[in-house]
Amino acid sequence: MTTFLGMPTASPTVHLRTGESFPDAARTGLADSQQRHNLRVATTTIREKRAGVVAELDDWEQLRAAGAAIKDATLAELPDHLERFEAAVTERGGTVHWARDGDEANAIVTRLIQATGETDVVKVKSMATEEIGLNEALATAGITATETDLAELIVQLGDDRPSHILVPAIHRNRSEIRDIFRDHMDDVDPGLTNDPEALAGAARLYLRRRFLSAKVAISGANFGVAETGTLCVLESEGNGRMCLTLPRTLITVMGIEKLVPTWRDLEVFLQLLPRSSTGERMNPYTSMWTGATEGQDFHVVLLDNGRTATLADPHGRSALRCIRCSACLNVCPVYERAGGHAYGSVYPGPIGAVLSPQLTGVKDNPSLPFASSLCGACYDVCPVAIDIPTMLVHLRAEVVAAKREEHRVPTAEAASMTAAAWTMTSRRRWTAALRSLSLGRVARRMPALPPPLSSWARSRDLPQMPRETLRDWWVREGSDVPPAAPEEDA
Amino acid sequence: MRIALFATCLVDGLFPEVGKATVTVLRRLGHQVVFPMEQTCCGQMHVNTGYPREALPLVRRYADTFEPYDAIVTPSGSCAGAIRHQHAQVARQFGDDALVDRVEAVAARSYELSELLVDVLGVTDVGASYPHRVTYHPTCHSLRILRVGDRPLRLLRAVDGIDLVELPQAQTCCGFGGTFALKNSETSTAMLADKMRAIQSTGAQMCAATDASCLMHIGGGMSRLDVGTETVHLAQILASTKDAR
Repeated sequence: MTTFLGMPTASPTVHLRTGESFPDAARTGLADSQQRHNLRVATTTIREKRAGVVAELDDWEQLRAAGAAIKDATLAELPDHLERFEAAVTERGGTVHWARDGDEANAIVTRLIQATGETDVVKVKSMATEEIGLNEALATAGITATETDLAELIVQLGDDRPSHILVPAIHRNRSEIRDIFRDHMDDVDPGLTNDPEALAGAARLYLRRRFLSAKVAISGANFGVAETGTLCVLESEGNGRMCLTLPRTLITVMGIEKLVPTWRDLEVFLQLLPRSSTGERMNPYTSMWTGATEGQDFHVVLLDNGRTATLADPHGRSALRCIRCSACLNVCPVYERAGGHAYGSVYPGPIGAVLSPQLTGVKDNPSLPFASSLCGACYDVCPVAIDIPTMLVHLRAEVVAAKREEHRVPTAEAASMTAAAWTMTSRRRWTAALRSLSLGRVARRMPALPPPLSSWARSRDLPQMPRETLRDWWVREGSDVPPAAPEEDA
Repeated sequence: MRIALFATCLVDGLFPEVGKATVTVLRRLGHQVVFPMEQTCCGQMHVNTGYPREALPLVRRYADTFEPYDAIVTPSGSCAGAIRHQHAQVARQFGDDALVDRVEAVAARSYELSELLVDVLGVTDVGASYPHRVTYHPTCHSLRILRVGDRPLRLLRAVDGIDLVELPQAQTCCGFGGTFALKNSETSTAMLADKMRAIQSTGAQMCAATDASCLMHIGGGMSRLDVGTETVHLAQILASTKDAR
């Protein structure tokens, strides 16, 4: 099945890579024992909380199936839902803008802010605006965007990159946060301690001043309801609500996959998201707004940025079910050790390893689909049942195919895979290969082995090579029945 | 019952003792075991590394080799998972509908060892004796692709003399992951270090699992660090008896 949205496609403009391969980028995180400790504590805590609240529901698996089914059905008829959404927003006094890629979205938002004459805006935490690098684009236009989510603020003040979808500053501990606040907040108490209450107090004072003066706010959206044109944001701190209600102009940037058809559908996701995300039965603040309220100007920018192309890929489209809960990050053993920055994307962890290459194409970061041991923990916790391991395997084949196109000569890996398959399709060749292996009897701790054994032997001994293969033993003494006739070569 | 053994490439070449142990257990229970000599590899390594085209002849070969048998056993959760969930996908990907039907039929008769023993043969006590302190690591593909659940543990609990101790964070991956262990060697090693720490904390002499591949990784790490703990495949524990010791 192909799905055509009727929107011209453009290459996505993204903040989805750093240029480094995953194994190289992971080295920094692996060597940072403080970060590894922070990550282990944080992910263990949140994963236990999640497991607890999920176990409370006896219909979790049905909810999960419902979430997946609603998303799939919506995606299958996305153009219709988008048009219904646009009509509803317009009817209620809002304005809808369409952006094919990040550059277009950034240009639209910049133009809208410039029209107000303001140069300072406040922001609700939003993955879509991270994805397109909105803050950086606004900065070049002379507009300062202040993140109001506490963790986003820490990342922004520290001139850092987020490393987790839900907890962008998960890699930072309290002392590091205290230092960031002391160095970068105006009017901060120089004697600020690393006590959580003191840190929250400092952030509150800092943000209050901005909430009260801001005339323009930018938000993302967790969901858009097509039937009424309603937008919905779930958050924990209330900063989002301040942004959504106080400023005179509100601009929302939303990926086109965020729609649900009706309010009834929303009910399913309001159960799935908080439990999967923060491990709470319900998040503290759920804000919904429809069109423009009196005295307020409302705009929504619908962002494609590679989503249409993802939708057209039958193997990859279920990545668009993702509701950005980050449950997969919190159970992933690779994420826990390597850290979020290793993924080189605003979308780290297992979902990032599929979503980023889906949005940008595998050539952009070919090591990402391999950044998984395929343990399957991510699939088990995904509230919309995205089969991430199978998608990773599919993307790996795309990486291999792309390399094949690029190079006329097969890579060493491709050559050895072809050779292995050739050996394994003949009993004679296979038996000979196994015998030479057992006769080889290489030392278990050989100092200099050829690749790929060298990367194995850096931390692991090789198994003791047996004197006899199983098949030779079988022929010698184990056989219940005579072996089959010798095979002709394939 | 006549049961065909699919040893897996790793057991055939590197861990023949695991294959022999599987044969021993099944024969002790009164079954006939056959080893089809045309068998080689399930093709999982090729599929998971991005080479499904190279895996296709291996998928076909598995069906050709094992089609004549009513029950096929493999001492590997990972390979059984690949047979059950990847073979049809590969055949479908290359548009071979006839092969899809064939591999699905063969996959339905292919079992991981604990599944065969508990579900098909209806036994949990296989008459084994193993007087050692053992902890059990439920490998990811047994756990999450095959969903073998507590079958291996039910078999282990019935073993005479065994001191079975629980492994902390048991469901966390050991870091093997096939070519992941090579391509992301350093991340893999970090995962292995935590797994080894958990195993050591149990005070077990042996770490058991249903996959020779994960055990090769864990055992390779423990051997390098001389932690004094060894690895053992479930089949080897089940094959042990008082007489054989």
